[in-house]
Amino acid sequence: KGTLFSPFLTSLLGSRDVTSGLFQASQGSSMADTGVVESLLGLVEKADGGVDSLEAAAGLGVDHQLLVGAVKSLQALGDLISAELRSSKHWELSGEGTEIAEQGSHEARVFGSIPPQGLTQSDLMKLSFGKIGFSKAMSSKWIRVDKAHEGGPRVFRTVRIKFTWTVITAFSENRSSTRVLPAFRTVKSYWITKGSSFSTTITKQETELTPEMIASGSWKEKKFKPYNFQAMGVAPDCGHMHPLMKVRTQFRQIFLEMGFTEMPTNNFIESSFWNFDSLFQPQQHPARDQHDTFFLSDPALAHDFPQDYLERVKKVHSEGGYGSQGYKYAWKVEEAQKNILRTHTTAVSARMLYKLAQQKFTPVKYFSIDRVFRNETLDATHLAEFHQIEGVVADRGLTLGDLMGILHAFFTKLGITKLRFKPAYNPYTEPSMEVFSYHEGLKKWVEVGNSGVFRPEMLLPMGLPEDVSVIAWGLSLERPTMIKYGINNIRELVGHKVNLQMVYDSPVCRLES
Amino acid sequence: MPTVGVKRDLLFTALGRTYTDEEFDELCFEYGLELDEITSEKEIISREQGGSKASGASDVILYKIDVPANRYDLLCLEGLVRGLQVFMNKMEAPRYRRVRPVSGEPQRLVITKETAAVRPHAVAAVLRNITFTQERYDSFIELQDKLHQNVCRKRSLVAIGTHDLDTISGPFTYTAKPPGEISFKPLNQTKEYTATQLMSLYKTDSHLKHFLHIIEDKPVYPVIYDSNGVVLSMPPIINGDHSKISLETKNVFIECTATDVTKAKIVLDMMVTMFSEYCAQPFTVEEAEVVYPDGKTCKYPELAYRKEKLSSEFINRKVGINESTETLARLLTKMCLRSEVTGAGDEIEVEIPPTRSDVIHACDIMEDAAMAFGFNNIPYTTPLTYTVAHQLPVNKLTELLRQELAAAGFTEALTFALCSKEDIADKLGKKISETRAVHIANPKTAEFQVARTTLLPGLLKTVAANRKMPLPLKLFEISDVVLKDETKDVGARNSRRFCAVYYNKSPGFEVIHGLLDRTMQLLEEKSARGDGYHIQAAE
Repeated sequence: KGTLFSPFLTSLLGSRDVTSGLFQASQGSSMADTGVVESLLGLVEKADGGVDSLEAAAGLGVDHQLLVGAVKSLQALGDLISAELRSSKHWELSGEGTEIAEQGSHEARVFGSIPPQGLTQSDLMKLSFGKIGFSKAMSSKWIRVDKAHEGGPRVFRTVRIKFTWTVITAFSENRSSTRVLPAFRTVKSYWITKGSSFSTTITKQETELTPEMIASGSWKEKKFKPYNFQAMGVAPDCGHMHPLMKVRTQFRQIFLEMGFTEMPTNNFIESSFWNFDSLFQPQQHPARDQHDTFFLSDPALAHDFPQDYLERVKKVHSEGGYGSQGYKYAWKVEEAQKNILRTHTTAVSARMLYKLAQQKFTPVKYFSIDRVFRNETLDATHLAEFHQIEGVVADRGLTLGDLMGILHAFFTKLGITKLRFKPAYNPYTEPSMEVFSYHEGLKKWVEVGNSGVFRPEMLLPMGLPEDVSVIAWGLSLERPTMIKYGINNIRELVGHKVNLQMVYDSPVCRLES
Repeated sequence: MPTVGVKRDLLFTALGRTYTDEEFDELCFEYGLELDEITSEKEIISREQGGSKASGASDVILYKIDVPANRYDLLCLEGLVRGLQVFMNKMEAPRYRRVRPVSGEPQRLVITKETAAVRPHAVAAVLRNITFTQERYDSFIELQDKLHQNVCRKRSLVAIGTHDLDTISGPFTYTAKPPGEISFKPLNQTKEYTATQLMSLYKTDSHLKHFLHIIEDKPVYPVIYDSNGVVLSMPPIINGDHSKISLETKNVFIECTATDVTKAKIVLDMMVTMFSEYCAQPFTVEEAEVVYPDGKTCKYPELAYRKEKLSSEFINRKVGINESTETLARLLTKMCLRSEVTGAGDEIEVEIPPTRSDVIHACDIMEDAAMAFGFNNIPYTTPLTYTVAHQLPVNKLTELLRQELAAAGFTEALTFALCSKEDIADKLGKKISETRAVHIANPKTAEFQVARTTLLPGLLKTVAANRKMPLPLKLFEISDVVLKDETKDVGARNSRRFCAVYYNKSPGFEVIHGLLDRTMQLLEEKSARGDGYHIQAAE
């Protein structure tokens, strides 16, 4: 079942694995080199037991890769030959090693480059072998430097030598050195033997049925190469949507299906007033600390608050009212004016509810899915910015049971039917409930969201009628997406460091059960 | 959310029975707590400092319990047990009483006017004839720590000092002096230091260094003396060594100094309600008098009981249940809110004890009734709220365009809204002053200096991080940037942008050009100079 918690389905949409199937390989590679194919078949026919592809390549005087290509095309034609992959190891000189073998050691070449009248050190260093060769030749005392020479340090020979050298042809596998010039390499080759339908002549198999073949009827005589059903098909050339945005689209869809109107959350910069104070979050609350919230230096302060509302907010914080004791502290407008990067989209909900309160009351259902920002310590599941999903319902006489009923309907659309509610604390909701869902895979209850009923100290100063209750819930977009797509590190999902292959490969987002 | 660590067996002894981990987890869940972790000192040390360091540590099982941030009464074993026992109807909530000293005058704490410049408030109380054991003592210290970290906001709002009353003599003076004039032997040190020396001594103290900033820049530092000039404490930093409490301490003088007097009263109430249990007269607290600079005298702790009246109809209506007035009163009493049916209609009189400073409105009482009823026993209902949904136009357009852009072969990127100044200025050959960017005051790293003013840097960084991918890379993003805008109340606004990047071995500008044409086609904009769109070479 395609629930939120269902395992990551990879197979259906297919991965764009680049291992090309044999079919494509034979279509793509130049079968034109029929000469090699035929020569190879000739060798296999004559050989007792079989032929090694490396020896065959050497014998035919062709590149080994070309011969391997011939083997693959023959394999594609059926049981003409059988080829067994073998690997052998041997020593081979590296690029530098080859150079030394051909032209002498670096120090010898340095020595050889110095004419009797000497050479400036800077000119010597320009030579490709200059740097290493110079130090080796110096330590062997073959050359000397005259640092005081007119025109800069100059290098002279100190000895007369004639060089002969021997290439080291064998190394022990255990030899260790900081500059191992010979390297131990693995070479893959094929051991080729006759197949069950071996023949030295090849009937060319057709790969495509063409209109001409149908028109002329020649298709009846043609032999067609069988389609390789084991290989992947050709990936279509297309763009892709980001998995987090695919999930966002689904959540939007769910809210719209439930009759919720989208809130204008396109304002990342918010004043502390709307982000905290209007929500009855006291000014000493830890969330308002420098360690948790991004404050702005420019523009640092907000202006133009609805003055009478601001006074009511101030009063409910510092003295109480509306049946509340308040927090009894000195509320400061300077604190409320501070601009921040909003820490939750509930700041927008507050603006919307305030706006609602300025009109004759009509019930509303609101939602938003947008970015929020926290100045917290980053780890595998926390970034400084993430997306919050929020739902808000305002109507007369809503109950806690109504909140649970709506949450049940909402989560059912996500494929989550088993819910449990835990009492929790949140400064602007009372009651507050954490929403848990039973995770069949983990065999335990996991938190899937937060919810609550907005406090009267938040709603009444806005001017909403007393019998209006506002219920709300929220969750992050990233967490269900990470579960859905089996991603453990949030950096693999969001931000510029994502692997585009993950974006290319991610399946469609079906959340319903 | 604060986490309280309690020894499991000690907890079970206090609760009068044992539980399986699952049973206890279930009980916590219902009460709004969370059994976060089952561990031991040994396990913690070995996890944090390595196995070798843990060899001598205790392997007594510890329960780490998450407590809601406003329930200061559940921050120690004593409070947790009391709360759970009352919840399970195994005991009645105790009644906390403030009493006069049996003999003589109450202890006095005199506040001088100098404190106004740094930390103007103080409250105090005495726990008389208390009996400590090692466990009780540890819990006493631990509670102070938890309170300091939470309600006291890392000692900035309130700092608690506890003293062996028999080593000092009142009246006490709470004053403030220049740091050079304060000198005493601080807790667990062997010699006297001036306040100035102490501040530099504690610069390297992993625990205390976090509190120094509270008074560091002040001309005067707060200090409490006894009548003989003995320093009790230099709040909010350190107590004096002279008056430190021990297992043998019988009488404890508790002072709380503060910048927020409401919080100071709450903290003092918490300290004394939790630990008066171990006094010879349990749950009684000896009052202390605080004399203000203006001569006014107040008695502490307040231990105020407040009464609220509400109707059972209110609770039933808000929760969505239908319980009798008597049942609701009984449920509230289980939450340490002693409630009685008054007989006037469906009225319930609820008494809020000093331990429940979180109850500030009838809605808090309603929540407690719902908790005691059991959130998970409330029937789900569907509200009849009729509404017609609307999409935000800019989001609707964004959704439609994203589909089309993917169909045009471009892949959606999702990049950060925050970035460095360099990303939006220097690296794009612009000056930061030309960008209209909003600046973040407290970024922890350069990645969060500004909000982006263009989507381009994010897409370029996505390309850079995906150089191993087969070419071409065709990327797009439709998202918001942020620009300063003086016409807005916050001085800034979002602006929805569409950005696309084509990355290949050859420039292929015509590919991006083609995407622009396609987008304009989708938006019904004609390519025309004047009435339509066109592109032209930039300078």
